[in-house]
Amino acid sequence: MAAAASMVPIFGHQISSKNDLVPDWSREEVSTGTTIMAVEYDGGVVIGADSRTTTGAYIANRVTDKLTRIHDRIYCCRSGSAADTQAIAEVVSYQLGFHSVELDEPPLVETAANLFRASCYRYREELMAGILVAGWDRRKGGQVYCVPIGGMLVRQPVAVGGSGSTYVYGFMDSNYKPGLNKDQCLELTASALSLAMERDGSSGGVIRLASISEDGVERRVILGDQLPRFSTH
Amino acid sequence: MLGEAEPQWLSEEVKTGTTIIAIEFNGGVVLGSDSRVSAGESVVNRVMNKLSPLHDKIYCALSGSAADAQTIAEMVNYQLDVHSMEIGEDPQVRSAATLVKNISYKYKEELSAHLIVAGWDRREGGQVFATLKGLLTRQPFAVGGSGSSYVYGFVDAEYRKGMNKKECQQFVVNTLSLAMNRDGSSGGVAYLVTIDEHGTEEKVILGNDLPTFFDQ
Repeated sequence: MAAAASMVPIFGHQISSKNDLVPDWSREEVSTGTTIMAVEYDGGVVIGADSRTTTGAYIANRVTDKLTRIHDRIYCCRSGSAADTQAIAEVVSYQLGFHSVELDEPPLVETAANLFRASCYRYREELMAGILVAGWDRRKGGQVYCVPIGGMLVRQPVAVGGSGSTYVYGFMDSNYKPGLNKDQCLELTASALSLAMERDGSSGGVIRLASISEDGVERRVILGDQLPRFSTH
Repeated sequence: MLGEAEPQWLSEEVKTGTTIIAIEFNGGVVLGSDSRVSAGESVVNRVMNKLSPLHDKIYCALSGSAADAQTIAEMVNYQLDVHSMEIGEDPQVRSAATLVKNISYKYKEELSAHLIVAGWDRREGGQVFATLKGLLTRQPFAVGGSGSSYVYGFVDAEYRKGMNKKECQQFVVNTLSLAMNRDGSSGGVAYLVTIDEHGTEEKVILGNDLPTFFDQ
């Protein structure tokens, strides 16, 4: 009789998340482990990003658009937690739209950057978001502002962000010079993103580029087989 | 006596958080390194030469834990001396790299050092070997140390096959300078060693003679 008791089947067993039957992507946070870049030129800015969103080792989206419109001539490049950055971008979009209606004028890039900074700094313990804010306005022309994790705000002529950015600091330092034109900026950004995507496992897919100027926003995509290639490949 | 906190450098491990690079050209190799040794946030040696000779025409570049890397280099130096006496001629670069690899692999749990071995021998000319964590692989060029992450993009873009000695030296100096600007654990002066069939040349490039970039 005692033996029978130990053979009672147990139903409703929770599969523990330490079990190999549970794929790792269901326990990992969705992150835009990524490479993003923004460059100022005289008359506008060029922004670029890769297109990979990962949950652990699984690529949840291989054609992500990380270049998010905040206003007509202001975009942001998102890196870090996908949910955090999407939420912040929506909030800032709303705040900026409202502000612009009050002003009856297109908003300044510096204003947008400060709105990002306000949210990122206030909630810096909870958030994991590294954002580049870039755009064109009539007062200062093309501008790039960096709002990294922690909520600092600084304007830079050229900025990179995301996990893949570490690999291209050297390339950026040596190849950027003040006074580049739009096409040179596009080429620099595409090359830097391509190099980072080769080295960083969390970056990949296609390259999304956009150039923002007084005339508007021009978007383009560089597909895998057209990526710039370098001699070690 | 007020309770003073112990300075960080007494309790932190001494590391050569560093940038090292080696590249081969037709007829020899060029090795380069920075000169900073840090213990936590303190720089305990700002002029250390991390390019250590294993034999007349074989050098290795040290990175990671300073003690581990130096010890491996000394052991292999001794083993190579014995080996070259036994065979009666200069040892091959591959032999030196294999000796380093054997120690790195056997003690991989205890050690945390990465050595790049490069040199010239009569049979195969200039060669560069990476021995990270106990693997052994020959490569046209290799970078290592904490500063190397920042220059992967640069070296991927700028490396071309068939560079001559002068171009390789310039490539190494540019790479070191870029890495030293971005990595807090790399800095100081740049040491360069060029090895070819005619001999070994050691050079130091002081901080103010290093190439500068757009924001400096």
